[in-house]
Amino acid sequence: MRGQPRRRAPWLALLALVLACGPDTGAGGSGAEAGKEPIKVGHFASLTGDTATFGQSTDRGIRMAIEEINARGGVLGRPLELISEDDRSITEEARSAAQKLLQRDQVVALLGEVASSRSLAAAPEAQRAKVPMISPASTNPKVTEVGNYVFRTCFIDPFQGAVMARFAQGELGAKRVAILFDFKQDYSVGLAEFFRNTFKELGGEIVADERYTSGDIEFRAQLTTIRAANPDAVFVPGYYTEVGLIAKQARELGLDVPLLGGDGWDSAKTLEIGGAAVEGYYFSNHYAADSDSPKVRAFVDGYRKQHGEVPDAMAALGYDAAGILADAMERAGRVEGEPLRAALAATRDYDGVTGRISIDEARNARKDAVVLKIEGGKFRFYRSVPAS
Amino acid sequence: MENFLQQLLNGVTWGGIYALIALGYTMVYGVLKLINFAHGEVYMVGAMTGFYVAHALGFASQPSLAGLFVTLAAAMLACAALGALIERVAYRPLRLRGAGRLAPLITAIGVSLLLQNAGQLVFGADPKFFPSIIESRELLRVGSIALSNVQVVVLVTALALMAGLEFVVMRTRFGRAMRAVSFDAPAAALMGVPVDRVVLGTFVLGSALAAAAGILVGLSNPKIDPLMGVMPGIKAFVAAVLGGIGNIPGAMVGGLLLGVVETLVSGYLSSTYRDAIAFLVLIAILLYRPTGLFGTPQTEKV
Repeated sequence: MRGQPRRRAPWLALLALVLACGPDTGAGGSGAEAGKEPIKVGHFASLTGDTATFGQSTDRGIRMAIEEINARGGVLGRPLELISEDDRSITEEARSAAQKLLQRDQVVALLGEVASSRSLAAAPEAQRAKVPMISPASTNPKVTEVGNYVFRTCFIDPFQGAVMARFAQGELGAKRVAILFDFKQDYSVGLAEFFRNTFKELGGEIVADERYTSGDIEFRAQLTTIRAANPDAVFVPGYYTEVGLIAKQARELGLDVPLLGGDGWDSAKTLEIGGAAVEGYYFSNHYAADSDSPKVRAFVDGYRKQHGEVPDAMAALGYDAAGILADAMERAGRVEGEPLRAALAATRDYDGVTGRISIDEARNARKDAVVLKIEGGKFRFYRSVPAS
Repeated sequence: MENFLQQLLNGVTWGGIYALIALGYTMVYGVLKLINFAHGEVYMVGAMTGFYVAHALGFASQPSLAGLFVTLAAAMLACAALGALIERVAYRPLRLRGAGRLAPLITAIGVSLLLQNAGQLVFGADPKFFPSIIESRELLRVGSIALSNVQVVVLVTALALMAGLEFVVMRTRFGRAMRAVSFDAPAAALMGVPVDRVVLGTFVLGSALAAAAGILVGLSNPKIDPLMGVMPGIKAFVAAVLGGIGNIPGAMVGGLLLGVVETLVSGYLSSTYRDAIAFLVLIAILLYRPTGLFGTPQTEKV
């Protein structure tokens, strides 16, 4: 009995603390002076989880662009404010992250996502709310087909798939190619399909067509089947986490032909996981960090000063997406709704880090692609492929 | 033919990991008639411990067999302690109050979720990449069949641990006590067997084996994250049921068999069906042979 009151004391203290904190949290709004009110832009991204580097890089790229824009005096005299929301690399979470930004934060534009499945999950929300959404890096064609408020600042997979199919056939002289794709990602399924079609049109043969599922760690069964088909190259249009493991297990099994991929490989993690196993492999990408264009160099230097590493394509695309959004706001003279949408759709020859970007009638970006080669533990520019 | 043998080899290596996890399920079930659903998370903690130990002691940059041994031992010890803690905190209080079988089962699911989410908090949700404590290279090549040193290490370690367990259970005093409790706990208690200590020992053994599985998977499939235990946990449970839950050789064979089946399905059909077929196996076993391959049907005594 005597112990009782003493044992209850911490609970009472906790309760008091909760009560004391409660009313405070609601009043946390910032900078409400008229005229100077910041323009709220939302970013939903995979800041954690299986493709965490995609979201983190994009977020850094966007923030860098916004800092530069605000330093120049903002857009239409108002500063931009970025609100980022994590979707943990989970498709369903992308949708609720977008909802939160739209309803709770009342953002005027949405940036995101990298993974096509997640952009596809969120796009209907933006379309319904009539808030323009710009995906910096989702390459699956279906993303912008959701509606006229959905844009992207990257090329699409029919182009990227064709680039790699032509590369395999022309540059590597491959006649027999195997494919190993991620059955659960729209990006991977689409890219595999466009590669398959183009490669067959060019007279090549697909000798094995194998699948895996995001999150898998064991690929030896599929790789053994691929090895038995004796291909000249293997196309692996997946994301970096699995690609590193696939490369390692392929080498272990003695599958010594080049692996080819798409922009899903673009992460420093590919090198960290794959190590020596990914040497000599090729992938298509949006930009090359070792390019000597002054625009790219300024971006790479600035980014490296802030984060101590070379920016990947996701960072560059995030930077361009924010730049295009600000540019459209300036041209529209408005920061929301239909005028902003119309100005985005009218973007022509925007001079970005990832090339000269025009938005076409399907709201996709027309721009060049590059092929990178992994050499000496680095991504190196190999060649450039112009937009057709 | 050569490819078939390669697939078998892939499958047995993969199955060895399932077998090690399945042993923990089956032993706990044997003595307590409890499905310890938190077991997959113990496996995750084992892999995570290995990751930090290997980095802290510098094995990540200097691959060696000794490094592997130390990492393995450290992870097994840490998880043995975790297993003991789970039993003391989550299961024993229920048992002492005479709770039925449902309450501990729900508690097990609770512990599992707790560890998953605590894992995301402590280790972060991003996947980590297990260091190459031994450098992967080709050891043997017959025709096109490639055998890597990593596969050999995984297989040998798994088999050695299973042999060690078999010895403990069949040849030691503790093992005899364990079998006695499994056979009839109240009678064993009357004969002076310290049931609570035996239960604790069972959790310790099972958790140490799960930790070993975590390290082995880190070696051969070096991606680890806080949710990595969910699927293998369920699969190992399937393996344990396949072999006959409560039966130790059954869990070993069940694990190996499931690994081979999954690999053959992925290799010859499509990996899309892999998980579906694993669970189809579970359903078929439950329908046609509920006691598993090695289980003996028990007749209810009146």
